[in-house]
Amino acid sequence: MSEKEVKNLEAIFEARIARDEKIEPKDWMPEKYRKTHIRQISQHAHSEIVGMLPEGNWISRAPSLRRKAALLAKVQDEAGHGLYLYSACETLGVSRDELYDQLHSGKAKYSSIFNYPTVTWADIGAIGWLVDGAAIINQVPLCNTSFGPYARAMVRVCKEESFHQRQGYEIMLTLCNGTEEQKAMAQDALNRWWWPSLMMLGPTDAESIHTEQSMKWKLKRKTNDELRQQFIDQTVPQADILGLTVPDPDLKWNEERGSYDFGEIDWDEFWQVVKGHGPCNKERMNARVGAWERGTWVRDAAMAYAEKQEEKKVSKAS
Amino acid sequence: MANQNLYNYILGIADNSLVLGQRLGELCGHGPSLETDIAGTNISLDLIGQTRSYFQYAAKVSGKELTEDDIAFLRLERDYRNVLLVEQPNTHFGYVIARQYLFDVFHLLFLNELQYSKDETLSAIAKKGIKEVSYHKRFSGDWIKRLGDGTEESHEKMQEAVDDLWRYTDELFEMSEDDQQMVSEGIGVDLPKLKESYYDEVSELLSEATLEIPERKYFSYGGKNGVHTEHMGYLLADLQYMQRTYPNMQW
Repeated sequence: MSEKEVKNLEAIFEARIARDEKIEPKDWMPEKYRKTHIRQISQHAHSEIVGMLPEGNWISRAPSLRRKAALLAKVQDEAGHGLYLYSACETLGVSRDELYDQLHSGKAKYSSIFNYPTVTWADIGAIGWLVDGAAIINQVPLCNTSFGPYARAMVRVCKEESFHQRQGYEIMLTLCNGTEEQKAMAQDALNRWWWPSLMMLGPTDAESIHTEQSMKWKLKRKTNDELRQQFIDQTVPQADILGLTVPDPDLKWNEERGSYDFGEIDWDEFWQVVKGHGPCNKERMNARVGAWERGTWVRDAAMAYAEKQEEKKVSKAS
Repeated sequence: MANQNLYNYILGIADNSLVLGQRLGELCGHGPSLETDIAGTNISLDLIGQTRSYFQYAAKVSGKELTEDDIAFLRLERDYRNVLLVEQPNTHFGYVIARQYLFDVFHLLFLNELQYSKDETLSAIAKKGIKEVSYHKRFSGDWIKRLGDGTEESHEKMQEAVDDLWRYTDELFEMSEDDQQMVSEGIGVDLPKLKESYYDEVSELLSEATLEIPERKYFSYGGKNGVHTEHMGYLLADLQYMQRTYPNMQW
């Protein structure tokens, strides 16, 4: 294909996106579009799978049968999200095994928030309320993103995430209506999860390298800083209802802006965790790689069995 | 208590679901593939759901001010009545599958009888459970076949797990005093009657999976009388952690 022809295809492609048409896997797409989508969707899938670990940590110790069942269901939902995000990614011509390799080798990233430990039951509430809350803000715009399989997967993901968020908030509410010990547990969880949750919305716009192109492809509709502000404005009143204090002495309502002003985020901490030196980066990777390696004989057996069954069918037929 | 036999009987059934659900929950996020992770969690969720129905009923039968959580979390180890099979650890995926299948076959035969119980609540719980447990058995049975007739390594591992867990199978059919009382009232299931079908079905599947049927004369018992294996204390330490550390709170 000549350079001119490619340019022409690109122009048609960009025009389709501008008209809000969906791009489907078999459609022509620029290589950069394919790569960017593989990166983002797989990163999202990995986050779901790694995200199962900090919450899974509390399944065996959930404080009531109702909470145990709800947590099992939630973590199972996350596995489901991983599954259809990996499937969406596979439509772009990459296999799930390749994507796992990228995760296990450290080449692919996942959301840094899951590198923080869940040390009390209240952390399960805080994750639902704050982490899923921030995730929804990131993800709702993706229901209208240009790549069809991703947009459709996100519709379902967002519905379930919003249920998880309410569930998390309800855990917090129960704790805050409980004993002094329970309320202290809730406050402690908010103290530890607040700042990492703000960091979840990504580096400041000045530092964000992908924003411009992603906006054009509707992988992004608002900048990181706008999303962060939206999250804070939405979450602070919820903390007030709980009677908890947001751990930011600079947090203040700004009448003029109609928004909260907030303190400086510790970006050194953000980069430290992104670069692999957070409290649980190593533990999370060990858990993922360990499960994968321990499961090799099981997956090999399933393949061998399927082949044997196939052979039997063929020999019966002949 | 209004009906101590019935209360004990319900707990005996429910503890199997609780403890197996707990064991499967430990694996969530650590399975050999995403699909098996989802299935295992799903089975755990079914079992915990069944446990809740049984315990809610038991709380009512007790005539005391008990909740499902009091019963689930606040008993001493000696008062848990689950069979030893379900408390065995997740040694490797072969054990998880063998434990599951050896229990599922029993569980389905059991619920198929319990649905005809004179006790309407137990009958209703059983009817709902039959659908779920049929799926559990299909899942575990399919994996026994894959692992048994997969690779040489998987065959060995699967055989090892079946051999090790086989000694816990006979306890499934052991009759406690409460079992006997409930059978005589038309409420409970006559367990020894299920035994032949159980071993026939299990043996047939193991053979299909190219596995040997263990020949064993000696079996282990005790769970139904509250004498558990050494694994149980650790399982309960996890299960009861919150309720023991923070007593009398709402969650």
